[in-house]
Amino acid sequence: MEMTVAQAIIKFLQEEGVEVIFGYPGGAVIGFYDALYDSSLRHVLVRHEQGAAHAADGYARASGKVGVCVATSGPGATNLVTGLATAFMDSSPVIAITGQVRTNVLGKDSFQEADITGITMPITKHNYLVKDPEKVLTVFKEAFYIATTGRKGPVLIDIPADVFMAKINYSYPSNINLPGYKPTYDPHPLQIKKAINLIKSAEKPVILAGGGVISSNASSELLKLAEKINTPVITTLMGKGAIPEDHHLYCGFLGMHGAAYANFTVNNSDLIIAVGVRFSDRSTGRVDTFAPNAKIIHIDIDPAEIGKNVSASVPIVADAKIALQRLYEEVEEKNNPNWWAQIKEWKEKYPLKYKNSDEVIKPQYVIEKIYEITKGSAIVVTEVGQNQMWAAQFYKVKYPRQFITSGGLGTMGFGLPAAIGAQIANPDKLVIDIAGDGSIQMNIQELATAVCQKLPIKIFILNNSCLGMVRQWQELFYRKRYSCTLFDFAPDFVKLASAYGIYGRRVEKPSEVEDAIYWALEKNDAPTIIDFKVVREENVFPMVPAGGSIDKMMID
Amino acid sequence: MKHTLSLLVENKPGVLARIAGLFSRRGYNIESLAVNTTESSEISRITLVVDGDEKVLEQITKQLYKLIVVLKVNDFTDVPVVERELALIRVNSDTNNRRAIIDLVEIFRASIVDVSERELIIEITGDSEKIDAFVKNLEPYGIKEMVRTGKIVMPRGMRLNSK
Repeated sequence: MEMTVAQAIIKFLQEEGVEVIFGYPGGAVIGFYDALYDSSLRHVLVRHEQGAAHAADGYARASGKVGVCVATSGPGATNLVTGLATAFMDSSPVIAITGQVRTNVLGKDSFQEADITGITMPITKHNYLVKDPEKVLTVFKEAFYIATTGRKGPVLIDIPADVFMAKINYSYPSNINLPGYKPTYDPHPLQIKKAINLIKSAEKPVILAGGGVISSNASSELLKLAEKINTPVITTLMGKGAIPEDHHLYCGFLGMHGAAYANFTVNNSDLIIAVGVRFSDRSTGRVDTFAPNAKIIHIDIDPAEIGKNVSASVPIVADAKIALQRLYEEVEEKNNPNWWAQIKEWKEKYPLKYKNSDEVIKPQYVIEKIYEITKGSAIVVTEVGQNQMWAAQFYKVKYPRQFITSGGLGTMGFGLPAAIGAQIANPDKLVIDIAGDGSIQMNIQELATAVCQKLPIKIFILNNSCLGMVRQWQELFYRKRYSCTLFDFAPDFVKLASAYGIYGRRVEKPSEVEDAIYWALEKNDAPTIIDFKVVREENVFPMVPAGGSIDKMMID
Repeated sequence: MKHTLSLLVENKPGVLARIAGLFSRRGYNIESLAVNTTESSEISRITLVVDGDEKVLEQITKQLYKLIVVLKVNDFTDVPVVERELALIRVNSDTNNRRAIIDLVEIFRASIVDVSERELIIEITGDSEKIDAFVKNLEPYGIKEMVRTGKIVMPRGMRLNSK
């Protein structure tokens, strides 16, 4: 069947099971949008291309499917960059389609021309500039395969305006040939055997679960293994949701703002079974004092992660789900009563805590109340900063893909657009964006998107009138020289809500917090903002100073 | 320690940029680089020399393999190889010293590829050390310009795979 490349792309997306794309039109993608006009594919018009990339990313994280975003050439494409870098750092499967200037003016610094494949090379898993209309569909097939297999990640496809309009014969590309790309899924039996022996002899084992457990849908395998060997499970920030956090084996998340008992447990262990983690500096702290007596079994689908930051005693290159299943089948049951006694002591001695107040609203109190009132069932998307850490500490996640946060890149402005993606992926679930007053202003234009799409996202702003996390560092390490972190102007978020025609409420007293949350949860037809005026001086504790050992924490 | 890596990559636009970009953003320095097609027009070979310990090399190799366009990475550092580099050297030469330079060229089995009144262009191939030695011997006459290709290698005897 002859059709334009643009029509063929849309047909391909539908055959591939794509239901929604996030995008913003422009000169170079007019052809694509023209074809879209006749299509049943759902298009979500964002208000800034960065929002499209984050929304596609949030959709991918929440659904486990591919997130697709579209932007025009030049500035449209470059606006995707932060979103793609975010998806890349957190291994999220995103396909970005960008328009490019016409092939006859390509490379001539034409109007709205940017070398987007060059720009995004280091922040995509792979990318393409397709000048030959006949190759477009094969490229799309490859791109989807690359984005969704192995270690997942974003792939960008750049298409010149005239290529969109070229005529081709549609046929679904069933075969792909990528000789340089062969992910390993099955673990090496010898390494499994070595791992089993290490587990058998370990007296103080821990399982460290990362985002890889969630992206390979390996949660139930993880839990079965953990239960069989009665081993504490600690997650990274990205691993939150890998195990229900009300499970008795769960021992917190580790790292710079992790629970003290989680950090103690990891650092005093004699065996770390690390699954789908990349040992980021925020998780390990100072590497040369990280878990000094622990042997490490490192399971990762990306061979380059093994030995990159910490060395592994047993490297297992494999899909987390398959590797955990193998370990479960071959491992013997065991108990570690002394180890658990020690962990229990740490848990009792160093719980996550804060000093509540009757006069001022504590941000941790707000999160605790959100958790209680939503019964821990909401999809929680966060912005970045103190709000993110408090959400991670005080919202006990129960299931995978429930906690969506920018872990690797730490992108302020991620939360609102990612919440849009998450809500579209889960129309029947409650989606909450835990925001700071700084972060929310970085992509606040996406409120319009949420309004147009009738998404009842709850935006809970922990408003401390400052850039809280940087302020905290300045207080603790820069003699309270608050350089450019205290906002002397803030928009009225309630009036802002009103300007967008949605619900807004300000909360200034601790006694009003609960009522306001209930009030927000009742609004099912539009986004709702609550501006919680929280105390400015509150800090996130525990805290491992940057570059310090993770068991040397400032507790309060 | 210096390592000689030999990469088989897809012969497509932008491949060299991906590889060079990987090295620069991760802070690895490329000391020598040579690229051209192989016996197959769809595959290019990139030979490069990098400095780093075993851990760095392992990470470089793994990161290279992550690139979709990279088909094979061989480390030929501890493997017996035929190693070649080519240099073109423009050296000052007048009637007084021309004979001496020709002697040198013969000793090194180089060849003179261009002659003019005041200078010669000499072509030499060999391993890097041989070229270094030749250059050192020519220096007293005054080297005006020099171009060296990157190093290329091929393992001796049966094809060995270090991985």
